[in-house]
Amino acid sequence: MTIKTYRQALHDTLRAEMLRDENVFLMGEEIGVFEGSYKITAGLLAEFGERRVKDTPIAEEGFTGAAIGAAMLGLRPVVEIMTINFSLLALDQIVNHAAKIYGMFGGQAKVPLVIRTPGGGGQQLGATHSQNIELYYAFVPGMKVVAPSTPADAKALLLAAIRDDDPVLFLENLALYNTKGDVPDDDTPAEIGKAKITREGHDLTLIGYSRMAYIAKNVAETLAESEGLDIEVIDLMSLRPLDRETLVNSVKKTHAAVVLEDDWLTYGIGAEIAATISDGAFDYLDAPVRRVAMAEVPMPYSKTLESAAMPTNEDVVNAIFQTLEAVGRRLKKVGQSHD
Amino acid sequence: MTDNALTTAKPTVKKAPAKKVVAKKAATKKAPARPAAAKKVDADQLVKFYRDMMLIRRFEERAARAYTEALIGGYCHLNLGEEAAVVGLMSALRETDYLFTNYREHGYALMRGIDPNRAMAELYGRVDGVSRGWGGSMHMFDMTHRLLGGYGIVGGQLPLATGAALAIQYRGLDEVVMCTMGDGTANIGAFHESLNIAALWGLPVVFVVINNGLGMGTTVAKASAEPEIYKRASAYAMAAERVDGLDPILVLEAAQRAIASAREGKPFLLEVVSERLRGHSVVDPAKYRSAEEVAHLAQFDPVPNLAARLIKDKILTAAEVHRIDEEETARADAADAFAQASAQPDVATLFDYNYATPVANDSRRLPGDPLFAVVARAEVAR
Repeated sequence: MTIKTYRQALHDTLRAEMLRDENVFLMGEEIGVFEGSYKITAGLLAEFGERRVKDTPIAEEGFTGAAIGAAMLGLRPVVEIMTINFSLLALDQIVNHAAKIYGMFGGQAKVPLVIRTPGGGGQQLGATHSQNIELYYAFVPGMKVVAPSTPADAKALLLAAIRDDDPVLFLENLALYNTKGDVPDDDTPAEIGKAKITREGHDLTLIGYSRMAYIAKNVAETLAESEGLDIEVIDLMSLRPLDRETLVNSVKKTHAAVVLEDDWLTYGIGAEIAATISDGAFDYLDAPVRRVAMAEVPMPYSKTLESAAMPTNEDVVNAIFQTLEAVGRRLKKVGQSHD
Repeated sequence: MTDNALTTAKPTVKKAPAKKVVAKKAATKKAPARPAAAKKVDADQLVKFYRDMMLIRRFEERAARAYTEALIGGYCHLNLGEEAAVVGLMSALRETDYLFTNYREHGYALMRGIDPNRAMAELYGRVDGVSRGWGGSMHMFDMTHRLLGGYGIVGGQLPLATGAALAIQYRGLDEVVMCTMGDGTANIGAFHESLNIAALWGLPVVFVVINNGLGMGTTVAKASAEPEIYKRASAYAMAAERVDGLDPILVLEAAQRAIASAREGKPFLLEVVSERLRGHSVVDPAKYRSAEEVAHLAQFDPVPNLAARLIKDKILTAAEVHRIDEEETARADAADAFAQASAQPDVATLFDYNYATPVANDSRRLPGDPLFAVVARAEVAR
């Protein structure tokens, strides 16, 4: 084990995979000379040269599509889209081409492509640069969508994504890049399509992915200490395929669930999870499935308004307390002194 | 198209003689190799072209009939009137070169060497189809013949073709990618992004615009600020040429020049001026064209024109021309019979192509299936 940041784990994994497989190469805006907007690719141009680290024009549709075409001929491109907001420029290539080519041609061509891209708000970047729209890709059969929340998972899921023969959207998060954690030294890929129980518990199931899985774990640990609550935390890890069974089995044990998401509530990933729990654990639920999600506005620039629009730890704690009260548990109120 | 009233004007694309433009920057470099002398037209080549064009003609007519009989579904866009362009372009490619096309690709598939039986079976959506019944008319694909897909989204194939050329360059191979499209595609963003990237990186790709003067019913003049589409290449310092698409020999020679350039790492834009003898698709009655215009078009039909040339130049007798027609008609009919006899795909294969790499929790749920087994409330143990 080595302690690394999420950023360093991504960088080191990209480098290791490029050393391992000549077919792995990188494409994206400003990833070479500029070393990446978020410096994930720092030093890689100097080490591997322009053939393996390709700076592209600002042309998301063009270079993402080119990566798909290269993948059809057996290369393993890892594309960086500077933020997930800009992936909308490549939507046709991702949805109508990357996700379709294997099935639409009867399994004759594989598309071993990884699209790395960060989501995340909270940086005062305004409405068009603060979105979490991974749902658009998780909606589409043919895509795989993964979202690590820790440096260790960033490594394990990136290994899995690069070695997978299907198009994988690899969701990073601006707020996670500087977080630190233990990263295993061995090269064991994660299993795409599996959620992870990051904390076992019996009182309630708290579900999230990416930044919200990180928050979920922290809140659960805080409440264990302050309230003696025993909360089970699930990190989805994979948004498509979705590991419904792990969710349902957990709720059968805890009888209550709160879902955290950094996207908008209406039609969001939380809605899919709530529906899954309703389908699979209806008779086990002692309270409605609660969702904590962004306010339904284009993200404002003002720090005050932006903070108000994004889910906070306090929002999560309140949702947990209200759900447990609905179940019938008597709890201290948030903000009460703990003496 | 809904606004046919505005588009009744005669197509304004001029039958410009083949000419060539080389953008300034490219012109300072070595010009693409051109045959030293105008090659004497090879009689065998012309006869082969005639046979190939006749196969496409009869195949497409057979497809149109099956479509109107509701034996095949979806959309069905035909190469009728474009046969000379198709055979000329395809003859210039090596077996190891790759082709990406738009959705009007039946003739291209045949000329890449795909068995007409399998092409027709795809239109019928059967297991023997070239895309196993998953693609239909717009999405024929065959890796062994290096047809890397017909694509239904206008412009979608351009970035893909650019990327295939990137893969060739990455591996240092001597192969070329050809990417065909219609005239309307020149106005979409993917055209600009792809030509820019291809020229910037010196990729071995030839972009071919089949300019038949019409989008669906919108003329080129109403859609493109520069209706001479080959001139767009100058914005990317890319070599380009416009050629008469009704003469297969001229198309072949232009394609050879374009491919030679691309093989040297200089991508090329080739505009092939053609005619669309029918509507946009089988179901389009083309009301935006007058009866006079349609009658006028007949003189440009490349198939009878080539037949007349073969007879006039005493390369074939009228009887021999007729026999070729009969033989190719028989092939089209046989393809149709094969397709009709081919099995429907087994519903059990519905999820066979979900993913190339198997994955946990992959959904194999049919529309009426519950996500989880429905359990009677009384049986739920709490």
